[in-house]
Amino acid sequence: MTELLLNLENVHTHIGLYHILQGVGFRAQRNRITLLLGRNGAGKTTTLRTIMGLWPASKGRISFAGTDIVGRSTSEISRLGIAYVPENMGIFPDLSVKENMLLAARNASRVTDIDQQRLEWIFELFPAVHQFWNRPAGKLSGGQKQMVAMARAIVEPRELLLIDEPSKGLAPAIVNNMAEAMLKLKQSGASILLVEQNLQLAREVGDDVAIIDAGRIVHTGPADECFARDDLLKTHLGLALCP
Amino acid sequence: MTTSMDWTRLISRDRPGSRLLIILLIAIIAVLLVAPFALTGAKAISICVKIMIFAVLVASFDLLLGYTGIVSFAHTVFFGIGAYGVGIAIIRLGASWTSLAVGASAAIVVSVLLALVIGLFSLRVRAIFFSMITLALSAAAQTLATQLSNLTGGEDGIIFRLPPALMPSFRLLDTKIFGLTIDGKVVCYYFIFAMSVTFVLALLRIVNSPFGRVLLAIRDNEFRAEAIGYPVFVFRTLSNVVAAVFACLAGVMLSLWLRYTGPDASLSFEIMLDILMIVIIGGVGTIYGSIVGAVAFLVAQGYLQDLLKGASAALGSLPGIGKVLSPDRWMLWLGLLFILAVYYFPTGIVGVLRRPARRLDSSSKPSAKERLSIVYRWMGRAR
Repeated sequence: MTELLLNLENVHTHIGLYHILQGVGFRAQRNRITLLLGRNGAGKTTTLRTIMGLWPASKGRISFAGTDIVGRSTSEISRLGIAYVPENMGIFPDLSVKENMLLAARNASRVTDIDQQRLEWIFELFPAVHQFWNRPAGKLSGGQKQMVAMARAIVEPRELLLIDEPSKGLAPAIVNNMAEAMLKLKQSGASILLVEQNLQLAREVGDDVAIIDAGRIVHTGPADECFARDDLLKTHLGLALCP
Repeated sequence: MTTSMDWTRLISRDRPGSRLLIILLIAIIAVLLVAPFALTGAKAISICVKIMIFAVLVASFDLLLGYTGIVSFAHTVFFGIGAYGVGIAIIRLGASWTSLAVGASAAIVVSVLLALVIGLFSLRVRAIFFSMITLALSAAAQTLATQLSNLTGGEDGIIFRLPPALMPSFRLLDTKIFGLTIDGKVVCYYFIFAMSVTFVLALLRIVNSPFGRVLLAIRDNEFRAEAIGYPVFVFRTLSNVVAAVFACLAGVMLSLWLRYTGPDASLSFEIMLDILMIVIIGGVGTIYGSIVGAVAFLVAQGYLQDLLKGASAALGSLPGIGKVLSPDRWMLWLGLLFILAVYYFPTGIVGVLRRPARRLDSSSKPSAKERLSIVYRWMGRAR
């Protein structure tokens, strides 16, 4: 039986004069990977940023685990248990990998304060994090940076991970590792809302789908059903997502 | 069960990171330590004290600019509050250690409150507005100091006495040590030395604490820092408050040495420019750079005129050279030296010294474009 974790109802977001989200509504269930798909400029990243409070919703309701989060500050939302992995490897380039991890472990001032079992698990999921532990994060390759960004998001247990295009610009082998890591994360009890343009990765990991087009959700449902419908993929996602 | 405190945690683990830098820092500290015995003349000692005061002042400014990415022009306001706090307290309460402590404590309280107010009102707004607000505050503080003459002595400032142990007439020992009479002035020198070392080490510890790590994250990308759960506005305000406290303490050190404070000595915009130049020459975001930068800048500022006098005397007969090397033009040469320092050490002296391997490899020397991009990067980061 599924349990509702995140619920967006009629969410509108304005950025300056632009009306980007025009009534977005969908649900993400606990312990599932929900895909948010759409063309470039459809409003996927804006949706994630609106959930995090980085861009405030001008109208509508967003609830997380039953708590209304519209109007709360980003740091508050983060403390409720949502981790955000922004696109373009959202790491702090001047800090070492270790410092990036320590930043996210807010109750730890040194590595020994982090749950060592969890840290070992993270090293298994993302070996690059262990390998380049003391290296400045800005000096890593794209794939390694993405792994650090993902690892940072899970250094403390979070209920929901918002992951924005983790495969962007990465080699296929690393994308496969990423898919594996996300499935393991789900097995560990985490829920993921994933924005992804790579259809292969999306198919591999997705449980549910919400398709967004021009700031509105145009389809929601199980991932298998969605990927079986060519008309849906072609109309709303375009050729970019076709394998 | 016994609990013991881990004292090593009080010391920063951020090592200088370069053998050359370690040697340079040891040399600077050694010279400052033996200066009263080894150097003759009031000017040399005065420059040493100025180096110690500016090391603290610039390090506290570096916390804002280098670690938090905030450009504040109000740093001299807190410096002035520290200097005036001690002066006013001693004038009103008498020359004692108690009035010194009262003055310094009151100055710290005022600095904290003012920094909080500035932070609360202006750190939410865009970068340029914060800088403008601090610039206006700096000008207002100077005007206030000259207008409130009953309290501040107006444009003339205030001259005051210190507790007897810090006055030149005081004799700590009857016998001379290495030919030097240990009087109150020497005691005052070492008191300032101890304060300077303590405050710089404290700042070094702060920037290498979890708090400092969050500041660096905010400087790198404030949205990401907010997204992982750190209230950026709160941390920026806290950084502003901590920097203000240390600038205030630097002001206390200044008033101890000069036994005088006035608008030009502690509040002028020239001091703010000096701070900016020292932090850039030394290396933004390094703390160690405040020490190295203060030495490079203040020694150049103090002796450039003498150097030009000598050069002018030697080469003055050559047509045109005499005018160019005139000691009156020392500011022009200081400016040129600054431009050269920024061009050749875009990451500051400490930034370059911390990358010795790269520096020796001529193929990896930064191109002119790279040098500019480093400077632009810092400018872009600074809010």
